[in-house]
Amino acid sequence: MATTTKTVGTKQAKRERTSHATNWGRGFIVKLILMMAIDALGVYGLLATWQTDQMGLFAGLAVLLVAANYIYFARRTLPLKYIYPGLAFLLVFQLFVIGYTFYVAFTNFGDGHNVTKPQAIEALLQQAERQVPGTNAYPVAVVEKGDELGLAVVAQDGSTCAGAVAGDVCLGTAEDPLSVVDGATVANGRPTDVPGWQVLNLQQIISRQDDVADLRVPVSDDPEDGSIRTPDGTNAFEFKSTLEFDEATDTMVDTATGTVFHPNDRGQFEAEDGTRLPVGWRVSVGWENFSTAFTDARYAGPFWRVLAWTVSFAFLSVATTFLLGLFLATVFNEPRLKGRKIYRTLMIFPYAIPGFLAALIWSGMLNRSFGFINQVLLGGAAIPWLTDPWLARLSVLGVNLWLGFPYMFLICTGALQSLPDDVLEASRVDGASAWRQFRSIKMPLLLVSTAPLLISSFAFNFNNFTLIYMLTRGGPRFADASVPIGHTDILISMVYSVSGLDGTAAKNYGLASALSIVVFIVVGTVSAIAFRQTRKLEEVM
Amino acid sequence: MRRSIRLSIVTAAAASLVLTGCGGGDGDDTAATPTEDAAAGDGTTITMWVDETRLGPVQEAADGFTAETGIKVELIQKNFEDLGPDFVAQVPTGEGPDITVCTHDGIGGWIQNGVVAPLALGDLTDQFEDVAIQAFTHDGQVFGLPYAIENVGLIRNVDLAPEAPATWDDAVAAAAAAGVTDFPVLVQTGTGGDPFTYYPIQTSFGAPVFEQNADGSYTDTLGMGGDNGHAFAQWLHDKGAAGQLSTDLTYDLAVEKFASGEYPFIIGGPWMLDSFKDLNLSIDAIPSAGGQPAQPFVGVQGFCLSSQSQNTVAATNFITNYLSTEAVQTALFKAGNRPPAQRDAAAAAASDPIVAQWAAVGANGVPMPAIPAMAQVWTFWGDTQAAIISGTAADPAAAWDKMIADIQAAIG
Repeated sequence: MATTTKTVGTKQAKRERTSHATNWGRGFIVKLILMMAIDALGVYGLLATWQTDQMGLFAGLAVLLVAANYIYFARRTLPLKYIYPGLAFLLVFQLFVIGYTFYVAFTNFGDGHNVTKPQAIEALLQQAERQVPGTNAYPVAVVEKGDELGLAVVAQDGSTCAGAVAGDVCLGTAEDPLSVVDGATVANGRPTDVPGWQVLNLQQIISRQDDVADLRVPVSDDPEDGSIRTPDGTNAFEFKSTLEFDEATDTMVDTATGTVFHPNDRGQFEAEDGTRLPVGWRVSVGWENFSTAFTDARYAGPFWRVLAWTVSFAFLSVATTFLLGLFLATVFNEPRLKGRKIYRTLMIFPYAIPGFLAALIWSGMLNRSFGFINQVLLGGAAIPWLTDPWLARLSVLGVNLWLGFPYMFLICTGALQSLPDDVLEASRVDGASAWRQFRSIKMPLLLVSTAPLLISSFAFNFNNFTLIYMLTRGGPRFADASVPIGHTDILISMVYSVSGLDGTAAKNYGLASALSIVVFIVVGTVSAIAFRQTRKLEEVM
Repeated sequence: MRRSIRLSIVTAAAASLVLTGCGGGDGDDTAATPTEDAAAGDGTTITMWVDETRLGPVQEAADGFTAETGIKVELIQKNFEDLGPDFVAQVPTGEGPDITVCTHDGIGGWIQNGVVAPLALGDLTDQFEDVAIQAFTHDGQVFGLPYAIENVGLIRNVDLAPEAPATWDDAVAAAAAAGVTDFPVLVQTGTGGDPFTYYPIQTSFGAPVFEQNADGSYTDTLGMGGDNGHAFAQWLHDKGAAGQLSTDLTYDLAVEKFASGEYPFIIGGPWMLDSFKDLNLSIDAIPSAGGQPAQPFVGVQGFCLSSQSQNTVAATNFITNYLSTEAVQTALFKAGNRPPAQRDAAAAAASDPIVAQWAAVGANGVPMPAIPAMAQVWTFWGDTQAAIISGTAADPAAAWDKMIADIQAAIG
């Protein structure tokens, strides 16, 4: 026993020494080249994220890249190579999304709190800088001396800069206010040559556009007079800002009134008297989004009704499609039926049409006054298929049945055809009736293979957003609810409309994420319990 | 989702860096490092979002801009209705454009969301229609360069109705004379209502959505409650019961019916005209149903600058010196059928009587509110109208009051 283990051990050791993790074979060189390409791409990705200041992305990319190199070159971890790409994509596309949803659920991210705090401050300052009323546009020359930038304008009168008369050229920099310069040349109202300064052309301006955009030239020594700035490099205007940001105290100050705005815990600058500056930023709000969903009377009532309908909708959809699919599969499995291949092909048709398209077509066909169903099939009856609460629910289930039965038909056909003939034959010899055969043999065996699919179908229908959105948009609305939610809304379509993602209300990504997590927990729990139950089915084997 | 998009952008950026053989270095990734002597504009690219209709004219303007300045303009085509939501979502991530096509009614929300920067237009404002500049003005700052003004009006089939109706009843009589039995005036409705199209009828009852300040700006106070609102609700109820209005009449159906040439009137906008090419049309003021003038919403479209643009000087230059010209504004008018916002272009376009008629109807309109609270109004408003018209809300006044209360609660 011991000797055998030892032999195996040495063999392994020998194999490891020649492992293709480091063996200089042809394969290794190919691998090396591929890894070099991936590393090169990764390093550029790192540079790009570094430059755009996206540190989270930078760190994630770095970890993935280091891990990839370690896995593919270290001997011990080499077997991981089979799952690493999948794992990396899982991390990026699944776990990250889930993690991000959880993060957003605890913030007030949405309309009014759409940006980060530095961006909000920047936007507020942009908005607060106003053109001084009654001042004109100056054709401007952007001038450069060494690294220093300046603006030169032609004075329109004495107010442009101290001591100027109309036609004089005034020049100033960020430090020095506008003052008259002598010996400048002017053409078409614009300074074209200023002694000691180089006049920049548009291309040169654009190449330094960050500096030009930031350049404020004071009109005079008194900051109250404002400053001139050129937003587009060709014209300058006198601007004055009404807000100032004080970094030391983290406050905004209204320069006209002296009002001080402090950041509040809702992510807005707020003054003592409660007035707030318009641009807010995202902040963490704890469990507030979750408590809103359950305690705010406007949401709580409809939430339970929607939950009840969602569960019924998902359950009934699976039940009806499965029963119809099973029935048809059994019928078309009968060898005596002529032309069943053609029938089977026809059965698949609804499955071949994209779901969202089919739902749209159905919503047209079910229109009360002009729809095909009422006009042609029912001879002009005005049945409110999509606008009466119960009929709308029936229509949703009906359309979903039409869309869903081919899938069930397919899997049932497959399962039926794979049933062992000997068992069926033995039961026939024992004198079992067709019904008895179906009930005691076919059905239990069928459920073993289809039950997991039924569960996933339940989970799918639980979140069948496309159907609801395209068919009824959740309508008709609850007449007694104070949020735009309707009788056919399922949880996920409710999330979509109450959080304003459809553009009809103010967006609230925080609430949307919180509700999505609730949906996730419900679906996850139901699926977990159901999968546990299906193990019992396997015992019949 | 967001991250995966970013990742792919990073990958693409990485790939493009490899391809251009540029190692990157000085911290600004949008402008490649310019060397002292090179034509410096060469490295700068401004990005602009534009919808399909506007793509051609803007491309021409961009070509001219690139030829004169060396600054490249990358145009990204997006669906018109995606422009606003995507702009709000992507500007904070740094992946948004420098410039986008925008509508004035979204500006209030954009300001609050910190995604749009004011434009200093200076004397340029004099070249544009006052209503267009006012629509983009918030708190004294202009947030967009307008290019088109649009509003709904009464599109009349001259062959069926030679006279413009002054009141709803006139229109019903004229339609009856033309042999129409179901919809005297086609008003697109749908199961979710259509407050935008119905607005002129509502204002004819003296029930504006929000109250206005003396200078025309909107307050947060709802103006459509009270007796005037009830009268409008009752009217919707009555006309719905009489079959003149119907939630089954969607946009497509309404347009299709009018295009058949059997209906004399439809309430709609310039965007419909392509469907009515064979008909003799006139555009008139919308007939008053409640006795007061019927004022449609006026929407203004324009170009907006991102607050996170890294190319503000180049982008502003493109907007103020190229997109504002009469030639570009005229080209935009020809592409989109909406009356231009630039005065000279508007004057030239008004030689077409239909355009002049649209503008005349719009002159009596009111700007669509651009305040953030407006976003909370639409769903309740439309659903309630639909419920009253279809008869599911048996008591129109009560349904209207509940709508007011719900909107008030949503605005907070």
